[in-house]
Amino acid sequence: MQSYKGETLTWELIDGCVELALHREPCNEIGLKTLEELEKFVEAHETLKNQAHALIIHSQMKAGFCAGADLRDLYFRAKEMGFDKAAPLVRDFLNRIHRVMNAIDASPLTTIAATHGVTFGGGFELALVCDLIIADKMARFCFPELRLGLIPGFGGIPRLKRDLGNAVVRDLLLTGRSINATKAQAVGLVSQLVAEGDALKVARFTAAQVKKFDRATAAAAKKFMKPIPYAELRQEIEIFCELFTKPAVEAGLRKFVESDNAHPYLP
Amino acid sequence: MKTSEQVIDEILTLAATHFKTDRAELSPDDDFFKKLGIDSLQALELLTRLENHFSVELPDYEVAGVTDFRTLAERIQARL
Repeated sequence: MQSYKGETLTWELIDGCVELALHREPCNEIGLKTLEELEKFVEAHETLKNQAHALIIHSQMKAGFCAGADLRDLYFRAKEMGFDKAAPLVRDFLNRIHRVMNAIDASPLTTIAATHGVTFGGGFELALVCDLIIADKMARFCFPELRLGLIPGFGGIPRLKRDLGNAVVRDLLLTGRSINATKAQAVGLVSQLVAEGDALKVARFTAAQVKKFDRATAAAAKKFMKPIPYAELRQEIEIFCELFTKPAVEAGLRKFVESDNAHPYLP
Repeated sequence: MKTSEQVIDEILTLAATHFKTDRAELSPDDDFFKKLGIDSLQALELLTRLENHFSVELPDYEVAGVTDFRTLAERIQARL
């Protein structure tokens, strides 16, 4: 399938580059529907990877790249069945999203996340599976999970550790603070910092550049440079599921979901 | 070194420009959530614009709970 238009995302093969656009209101929160469509993309990717040289993931939503997991969906589904019984539901979701993230991580294509605005939690994790992050100067990165009594669950810590020094990882995780694109570039997370609104344009320039190289060579180099930390990723799922049964999670999610002020995304 | 008046003035001008509000209607003690009509995602946008404008790094936990321009200016000035 060379193109697809879904409820939450769209993809298209254009001149050897696959462009995957996220477009779920308000900021591409990843719930079941997005997961299903990402799985559909991964299935299509098996064919696309032989027809393309690059993959660009970007967002069409003004607020940002992706605000992470759909916490409202998670809260209400867990509440309906009881938080103490929701661990299998959470595990199933995590196993599925990990399969998606791992498939994109292992893609032989050169993968680029073109980010702007909010790139939080699962959105940050989606950017981290890509080979390059091109961010506009309004992009903001954050792992807020500790505010909810959790750790990132879509592969965040192992992949952040792969790319950055552990001190930066601890700073981001243990304070839950967000950093802007300038800081993210200074610590080595963002490869190119561009003007507001120009991330996709620059990602396309970059995709055109990588097209010049032999695909098999580029894929071999990528596999050598970017090993996938499978053991830690599996460990992350275990820790997340264990933490999910603690009372702090229900309280944290309730606070987020039932917040009637304007501050749910602020610490 | 910018004075606190300069910092406040620049914040108000920036806020008015990016959130389509009349600059003359903004004053230092206004609640910017209410005055600009913004939610937390837009507050993060404001924070990023302020960091870029003043070339400072302002951890969001330092401005959590801050709702008025004057206190926001104090937090920024501490980082200049």
